[in-house]
Amino acid sequence: MLKIKNLHASIQDEKQKTKSILRGIDLHVKPGEVHAIMGPNGSGKSTLANILAGREEYQITQGEMWLDGQNLMDLPPEARATAGLFLAFQYPVEIPGVNNMYFLKAAVNSVRKQRQLPPLDAMDFLTLIKSKMKEVGMDEKFLNRAVNEGFSGGEKKRNEILQMLMLEPKLAILDETDSGLDIDALQSVAKGVNSLRDPNRSIVVVTHYQRLLSYIVPDVVHVMVKGQIIKSGGKELALELEEKGYGWLNENVEQV
Amino acid sequence: MTNQYLKQIVNKNYQYGFITAIESETFAPGLSEEVIRQISKLKNEPEFMLAWRLKAYQHWLTLSPPKWAHVNFPEIDYQNIIYYSAPKVKKDGPKSLEEVDPKLLETYKKLGIPLHEQGRLAGVAVDAVFDSVSVATTFKTKLAEAGVIFCSFSEAVQEHPELVEKYLGSVVPYRDNFFAALNSAVFSDGSFVYIPAGVRCPMELSTYFRINAANTGQFERTLIIADRDSHVSYLEGCTAPMRDENQLHAAVVELVALDNAEIKYSTVQNWYPGDEEGRGGIYNFVTKRGACRGKHSKISWTQIETGSAITWKYPSVILQGDHSVGEFYSVALTNHRQQADTGTKMIHMGKNTRSTIISKGISAGFGQNTYRGLVRVLPQAQGARNFTQCESLLLGDTCGAHTFPYIEVKNPTAKIEHEAYTSKIGVDQLFYCRQRGLSMEDAVCMIVNGFCKRVFNELPMEFAVEAQKLLEVSLEGSVG
Ligand SMILES: Nc1ncnc2c1ncn2[C@@H]1O[C@H](COP(=O)(O)OP(=O)(O)OP(=O)(O)O)[C@@H](O)[C@H]1O
Ligand SMILES: [Mg+2]
Repeated sequence: MLKIKNLHASIQDEKQKTKSILRGIDLHVKPGEVHAIMGPNGSGKSTLANILAGREEYQITQGEMWLDGQNLMDLPPEARATAGLFLAFQYPVEIPGVNNMYFLKAAVNSVRKQRQLPPLDAMDFLTLIKSKMKEVGMDEKFLNRAVNEGFSGGEKKRNEILQMLMLEPKLAILDETDSGLDIDALQSVAKGVNSLRDPNRSIVVVTHYQRLLSYIVPDVVHVMVKGQIIKSGGKELALELEEKGYGWLNENVEQV
Repeated sequence: MTNQYLKQIVNKNYQYGFITAIESETFAPGLSEEVIRQISKLKNEPEFMLAWRLKAYQHWLTLSPPKWAHVNFPEIDYQNIIYYSAPKVKKDGPKSLEEVDPKLLETYKKLGIPLHEQGRLAGVAVDAVFDSVSVATTFKTKLAEAGVIFCSFSEAVQEHPELVEKYLGSVVPYRDNFFAALNSAVFSDGSFVYIPAGVRCPMELSTYFRINAANTGQFERTLIIADRDSHVSYLEGCTAPMRDENQLHAAVVELVALDNAEIKYSTVQNWYPGDEEGRGGIYNFVTKRGACRGKHSKISWTQIETGSAITWKYPSVILQGDHSVGEFYSVALTNHRQQADTGTKMIHMGKNTRSTIISKGISAGFGQNTYRGLVRVLPQAQGARNFTQCESLLLGDTCGAHTFPYIEVKNPTAKIEHEAYTSKIGVDQLFYCRQRGLSMEDAVCMIVNGFCKRVFNELPMEFAVEAQKLLEVSLEGSVG
């Protein structure tokens, strides 16, 4: 489903100095698999997620990324989205004045158009969204609010999951969707994600906490440090990290 | 990168730019006492009208064009403007729609404004002004039953001279400013509304202004009087052909609200904005003012300004009656080389008067957008309150937004709140929308529409949708 080969990326700061962030990422996520990416703050997890989604301010200096046989490099963000890539943002943005339901409907119909499906009419859409909201434990009043505006941290995360369920992506990347969630919210988010698990779908979760991974059990766990995946393993790796932290892995980091 | 995408988006073509080939009666360019006498004579006006026009003209001669606005344009040669142009009709103007030239009806159809009463805007009475004269007013009988007078200004002068004489110039005197003086001298038509005491106008009233003839100035005048306990909602729309030269539109709008009366005045201004290089387009220099004369009266201005090469206007409210309310909701969009200097004046005179100002400026391309607002609280205006919020949104790096708030408070009990923000269209917001599958164009429109939501909410339903579409069209090719 997702293939990343030797991906290097950097960014230019205000002084036009180049800072390299990703330094040779290799990742292969097969259909039906759930991968977790863990790693210290600032190691490049969100950058990787954003680059996969098509964020334009990064320079990709080397490497390849493929989604389901499609070269992502050539596609603008909206084409990646309609091709089935979904990113639940670490910090979902607020869009004042834009009705949440209207936004989701536009998104769903844009993705459906790409899949050559007719747009959902208002009634069907409403029925569908109400059932999904129940699934993630969101009150219906959020439909008529502006996208994420004034939402609490947890409400924003639930809204991301709601969007994911509505868009039914092939590849879902969840960037710290669990941080800031209370126990109940964590469970409903996990439930939502698990309901999406399917042999034809892949999920990548970026997280700092083993706790989420006891609800969404990953097939593979990766550790990213300083822009490299320095270790990969089974779900036990997450437990080990929880116990020992990242220090013991430092010898695996290639020096630049 | 993002900028480049943005650039592609904000350039759609002006779709109302066609010219109607119609025979018209047009004066030679130039302004003189003789021209004014001719206009007045053609309209068969009573003596007081001519006298007033001539006084205005004499006063205008002593004035020079104002220079203080944050706009730039070459000096206008007032002797090179045609002051009267009217489609040729059999005597005196049309008595009914059947008498209106079919070409004109066709024009309005193209503009999406059916004059036939069964038209799309069913339930909205329309007065249409083509170049200098009013060509048709729909739904007359239905309105007459309610006692509402809605007709062209010329007709009002003939049929209701006492009302015209009493209120004309009572809110915007001809001495008010250069353009108001010019308008008072030469205005050739416009709309007139009188809502009798206790009447809630049964439908939206609407005027469409259309400039067709070349080199013609449009100087219309609108006068709306809402008597005690009455209510009216009025909408004005405007378009013009695409021409390389600039054309002047200098209108005056006067509103009078008596005790407990409410006037809601909405404008969707889409005059031709000129081309990408800034050639052509309308100079929209308009004086709009309402007087809340009675206690508990209310005047609310809502404007969506997307057209014109230059917009220069400040719909204002004079809050004379105790407990009266003034509101101003504005969206002004400038793209390409457009310039807008717009805002409002809220003059608090009565006790416990309240005003609200919500202004949204959007600049794209090389557009320059200025908010200029005055809140003045006079010594006797005990307990006056004002809330002002000005927000500017920049799409790209080559446009500008400017805010000039003036606050003069002479009564210590007044409460004035002012908020102003300028923001750039957020890269994060755009990326978020695109990550959800929306095209760049849809994302920009959605964000800008969201930004304007508070103002759109004030428009009558039928027009909120139009305004949204208009904004999308005006945004095309705008960002960069
Ligand atoms: N747009 C940017 N401009 C400047 N620096 C950036 C930018 N994006 C990322 N970086 C830098 O790249 C590094 C990796 O950031 P990233 O957000 O990917 O980390 P992360 O692994 O997601 O961290 P966290 O666990 O705290 O979310 C950081 O040092 C960050 O400051
Ligand atoms: Mg992160």
